[in-house]
Amino acid sequence: MGKGVAITGMGIISAIGNNVDENREALFASKTGIGRVVKINTNHKNDIMVGEIAYTNSQLEGLLQLPETNNYSRTALLGAVAAKEAVESARISDINEYKTGLISATSVGGMDMTEKYYYEYLEDKTVQKYIEAHHAGDSTQKIAEQLGLKNSLVTTISTACSSAANAIMLGARLIKSGKLDRVIVGGADCLSKFTINGFKSLMILSDTYNTPFDENRKGLNLGEAAAFLVLESDAVVKAENKTVLAYVKGYGNANDAFHQTASSENGDGATLAMQQALKVANLKPEAIDYVNAHGTATGNNDLSEGKAFLRVFGDDMPPFSSTKPFTGHTLAAAGGIEAVFSVLALQHDVVYPNLNYKTPMTAFNLVPELELKKEAVNTVLSNSLGFGGNCSTVIFSKKQ
Amino acid sequence: MGKVYVNGLGSISAQNTFDNTAFLSDVEYYTDRVIPVIDVNYKAFIPPAAARRMAKGIKMGIAASRTALQEANLENVDAIITGTGMGCVRDSEKFLSAIIDNDEQYLTPTPFIQSTHNTVGGQIALDMGCKGYNFTYVHASVSFESALLDAMLQIQTDESQSILIGGVDELAPHTIEIHKAVNHIKSEAVEASKLLQNKTKGAVFSEGANFFVVSNEKSQTSYAEVVDVKLINTLEADELNTELNAFLEEQNLSIQDLSAVVLGCNGDVEFDGFYDVLAENSLKDTSQLFYKHLSGEFHTASSFGFWLAARVLKLQTIPEAVVLKGDMPSEIKNVLLYNQYRGQNHSFTLLKSC
Repeated sequence: MGKGVAITGMGIISAIGNNVDENREALFASKTGIGRVVKINTNHKNDIMVGEIAYTNSQLEGLLQLPETNNYSRTALLGAVAAKEAVESARISDINEYKTGLISATSVGGMDMTEKYYYEYLEDKTVQKYIEAHHAGDSTQKIAEQLGLKNSLVTTISTACSSAANAIMLGARLIKSGKLDRVIVGGADCLSKFTINGFKSLMILSDTYNTPFDENRKGLNLGEAAAFLVLESDAVVKAENKTVLAYVKGYGNANDAFHQTASSENGDGATLAMQQALKVANLKPEAIDYVNAHGTATGNNDLSEGKAFLRVFGDDMPPFSSTKPFTGHTLAAAGGIEAVFSVLALQHDVVYPNLNYKTPMTAFNLVPELELKKEAVNTVLSNSLGFGGNCSTVIFSKKQ
Repeated sequence: MGKVYVNGLGSISAQNTFDNTAFLSDVEYYTDRVIPVIDVNYKAFIPPAAARRMAKGIKMGIAASRTALQEANLENVDAIITGTGMGCVRDSEKFLSAIIDNDEQYLTPTPFIQSTHNTVGGQIALDMGCKGYNFTYVHASVSFESALLDAMLQIQTDESQSILIGGVDELAPHTIEIHKAVNHIKSEAVEASKLLQNKTKGAVFSEGANFFVVSNEKSQTSYAEVVDVKLINTLEADELNTELNAFLEEQNLSIQDLSAVVLGCNGDVEFDGFYDVLAENSLKDTSQLFYKHLSGEFHTASSFGFWLAARVLKLQTIPEAVVLKGDMPSEIKNVLLYNQYRGQNHSFTLLKSC
């Protein structure tokens, strides 16, 4: 234990861009990716806003040069694009050279195809190929295949909206323990009628642009995305003379054990997760330069998360913002894309604005960053909180 | 590195496995294509009002985990780690068919909420009031092994002392129908006792919940020590013997040290070849056990295999119903498990008497 966990590559595809550069440009220009849903035929088209990725499935299949017989769900397509960018940016030529693993996260899996062909599966032989693409592990298998990863540790985590943060956490622990030398970690989730209607039935979808930590917030915008990091051990970094983008410094997962979907009013789970992550990182709260909040803009999340901030940071809340107004809430992928955003914040010494914010919340005196701010950022804390009371925190830092 | 012991277990399956004082003494031999679990008295664990809307997976998970905890003499654990291939898939079907049939109208959130893969793990945490680490793995036939791997990592690195792990999956009507349509479920009913001789495509589908308390300390209730687990996403059949030897070598063991092997063969003529490669080569002189003729196949069926191995090691006895080949050893020391599904997501697990 006590070994460093270096981030040596990253890849992303989201509503604000198809790769890391495009995402960075949009973030720095305060350019949102939220709009009306285009690719999903839903009755709720005019009641909701989403963060949809520009590429169609066939364009993504083209990018990956897949044969027509492929049975990739959109989750797998997005995941493969982002994971490939991550591996390329880490300048890995032989993926099987070191003990390498893949830990991906998803909540939707192949639901996009299942909801399209649910009854057709019974009769139509041409669509039956997607039956095995439904379960959550399938998208991860496909990503491994695209990376050429064989005879390896490959698994999938699904803990709702904290999933990808948990994939990063497991990856870091596998590196620290020496079980793996290198691991690709992250998550992927596509938009689906299933999740649109699910969150609609919970009455937590906003009919306009989401406004995290605003008194008048109306709920979340769903988004779709995939993002992956390459984590490598000190030994690999040294042997390969790798450029290190940042380090995974700490992590924590705790359970609210309060309600199946709602967060406890005082943010017990989020508090425990942040405290645990600080402990693993061996850092005091004041060492955190920027907090990338979960900030979904639901009434419940932002209140609970804000109270947890006060419990962890007291009166010295570091600059914080939610980037959900850029991308929407990308569910299982959220911890992955926000990890990429956190690393970009470290690389460029910036704090992102919390777009769309107008009115402070009455419950507490916490105001997020409203403009892109250039300042020294050495340590970023990123939260991901999910259904089932699942609360996760990952801390990224410039230095080991 | 700390050792990892199995100190309690609870099993709900297509067999009479819920009573920890019996051990496959009363075996059910089904002749079917799909076999549901033998339900237990869930009311003993869950108030009826709560149980009414609760998914089967949650009910099985809570009953099995409480039993495991009770046996290990624990009220709570440091972490809960669940493996499930599909989660509460009946609710997924319910919600999705409602979306399609009612054109996105009149939807209630309960089935959507329960569709979330970590519902069982979350509900167990709620039931116990456990605020600790809570992960859910959803990677097909290594979902349970992923949970086991994570738990071993936690214990070996002193992150946790006692952890509840489990594998849980439930049957659901539409999922059954579509898997029949592609022959992943056998096209005709098969007699359980002739599952491997049948030589047809597909498997007999089932469901179940097998939960375990794993701890860093050996106790009076200990079943076995978990030595290692390895997940392998893809491999060719001709690499199996090499992979197995490498797995054993890491523990300074060889094939001769194995008292028995528990194979996950499910009677699918297309993929049982992977088991045959080991059974006819490296493991040809090793006592061979099997269980999917009793448990049926599901993403976390290997947690039933783990249950079997743990009980065999504690009781030092091998039930007649699980004997596949070879003389049964007088002293059972090291037991290896090997599993895969449709040629993917292979796993080796090694248990040892303690």
